[in-house]
Amino acid sequence: MTFKADSVGLVTAKSVHFDAPFKVSCGRELPSLDIVYETYGKLNSDCSNAVLVCHALSGDHHAAGYHSESDKKPGWWDNYIGPGKAIDTDLFFVVSLNNIGGCGGSTGPSSINPMTNEPWGPDFPVLRVRDWVESQRLLTDYLGIGQWAAVIGGSLGGMQAMRWSLEYPDRIQHCVVIASALKLTAQNIAFNNTSRTAISSDPDFHDGRYYQHAVIPKRGLAIARMIGHITYLSDGVMGEKFGRELRSGSFDQGSESAVEFQVESYLHHQADIFSQIFDANTYMLMTKALDYFDLAREYNDNPVSAFRNASCKFLVVSFSSDWRFSPQRSEDIVQALIGAERAVTYVEIDAPLGHDSFLLPVKRYNKVFTAYMRQVFNQLACVAEKSEVNQHAS
Amino acid sequence: MRHDLIALKQWIQPYSRVLDLGCGNGTLLKDLVDEKYISGLGVEIDAENITACVSKGLNVIEQDIDKGLSNFSDDSFDTVLLTQTLQAVRRPDFVLQEMLRVGKECIITFPNFGHWQVRWYLLLRGKMPVSKMMPYDWYDTPNIHFCTVKDFENLCAEQGIKIMHRTVQMSLVGTEKDHRPKWYNKIWPNLFGAHAVYHVTR
Repeated sequence: MTFKADSVGLVTAKSVHFDAPFKVSCGRELPSLDIVYETYGKLNSDCSNAVLVCHALSGDHHAAGYHSESDKKPGWWDNYIGPGKAIDTDLFFVVSLNNIGGCGGSTGPSSINPMTNEPWGPDFPVLRVRDWVESQRLLTDYLGIGQWAAVIGGSLGGMQAMRWSLEYPDRIQHCVVIASALKLTAQNIAFNNTSRTAISSDPDFHDGRYYQHAVIPKRGLAIARMIGHITYLSDGVMGEKFGRELRSGSFDQGSESAVEFQVESYLHHQADIFSQIFDANTYMLMTKALDYFDLAREYNDNPVSAFRNASCKFLVVSFSSDWRFSPQRSEDIVQALIGAERAVTYVEIDAPLGHDSFLLPVKRYNKVFTAYMRQVFNQLACVAEKSEVNQHAS
Repeated sequence: MRHDLIALKQWIQPYSRVLDLGCGNGTLLKDLVDEKYISGLGVEIDAENITACVSKGLNVIEQDIDKGLSNFSDDSFDTVLLTQTLQAVRRPDFVLQEMLRVGKECIITFPNFGHWQVRWYLLLRGKMPVSKMMPYDWYDTPNIHFCTVKDFENLCAEQGIKIMHRTVQMSLVGTEKDHRPKWYNKIWPNLFGAHAVYHVTR
């Protein structure tokens, strides 16, 4: 099988072990860290073209390309990472990792706790977005990258990108925040809580110690995924995609078989797949990190003073039909950035696909994103040219 | 470059903060960044214009000016620009107030509906003027609030807006000689100025 010209093609995950204890913001410590990551494109000689991609709730390190020739689907952001795509791998060295607490191979609840020789399960420390940024910083140093040309993320990934801009202002030139928020709304937390309740009330959950019972809380996780899935799409797109079409049965009176709508079948199918590959404890942990995130909490709840610590440029993107992370939440970010007199570009993309738009091919989104990333690259070239001139001069 | 834009550059201070409302494809902002090293921000609603701004490396916000500038705080810019857009907003008076709240100084350019050619057209033909500069039919035009030099100055007087500079031009395009104001432009701006450029403050 050959891959399309704009695909990064076959990719292999790498892994790095950090032996030193990792201090978590909740005060506890992880004795060591394993981080699984992938890279696409080539790092240039002055290590200036590196871009970090941060994943959202259910993502992992596999953002682009294929792991084997028989893979049906490419990585989760393959629409936007590849040769000639928005995050152009002919120009950039792209790094994508599985965040700690995840279930893609990095240290997480399903890893073995060396103190007990059992899986961590519910004893895994509670993580905050800042812990991810800190572990990403370890990987940054390991890869020899002094400064990211851009840190990019959608949704929960956008929160990591913003945190980067405050924690390590001199190590990030551009911050791309897509369909994200300064903090979650109560409605958003409520959805997350309902998902967690679905998981914890599954008898197979065993308070998070299901590994020891050799079961997985499949039903709970499936319901959690269904709730998530509904809220990531829009009413419009669901109507368009499924309408009230039936998959089986009929409305005729006396019909023997039960009526099943297309949308039900789709939801169950998606939830089924997800519940077999994703770890329930990771789902609990990731949604908690989302709920706790509040960019400005430690800055007197003032996002303007928070962003005064940033020195990078920002691109903020929202989608008109996204009701989970609505355009208003992105406008909050933009308003704070303007208040802090930071360089910001904001676009609200008219797209019918809801929150998931950020993953899907949307023409205008692709155009603006590509144009912005070209500028990121052009600015690198300018800096490189200048430093070359300086070297010749001296 | 459009003559109104050439004229207004003289009032922009180097290294100042400039907000350009309805910045179009960013031609003016880009020039000001390159020539005056301003820190600039554009506001625009057209998708293609926004992408054009991004491709020029400009900062641009997608926003409808008619919905106000409440996301900008008082005095946060040195100069706020509104070029060839005043006639297209829903409440010009409200936009002006907002501009003067956000910026210390404002520059506004607009086509003058009091120009003799417009008056002549209306007098002779009895229809809304259609020209190269105002190419739309009355029922399908973004320009919903045409005004004259006199109207604008009356509004400024009512709102206590100080006019620091005014210049009127024969045309927005053509040679440098064309855009230099003539003696009759200065004496009868409302009659002989096709386009007006105002530099105002509170």
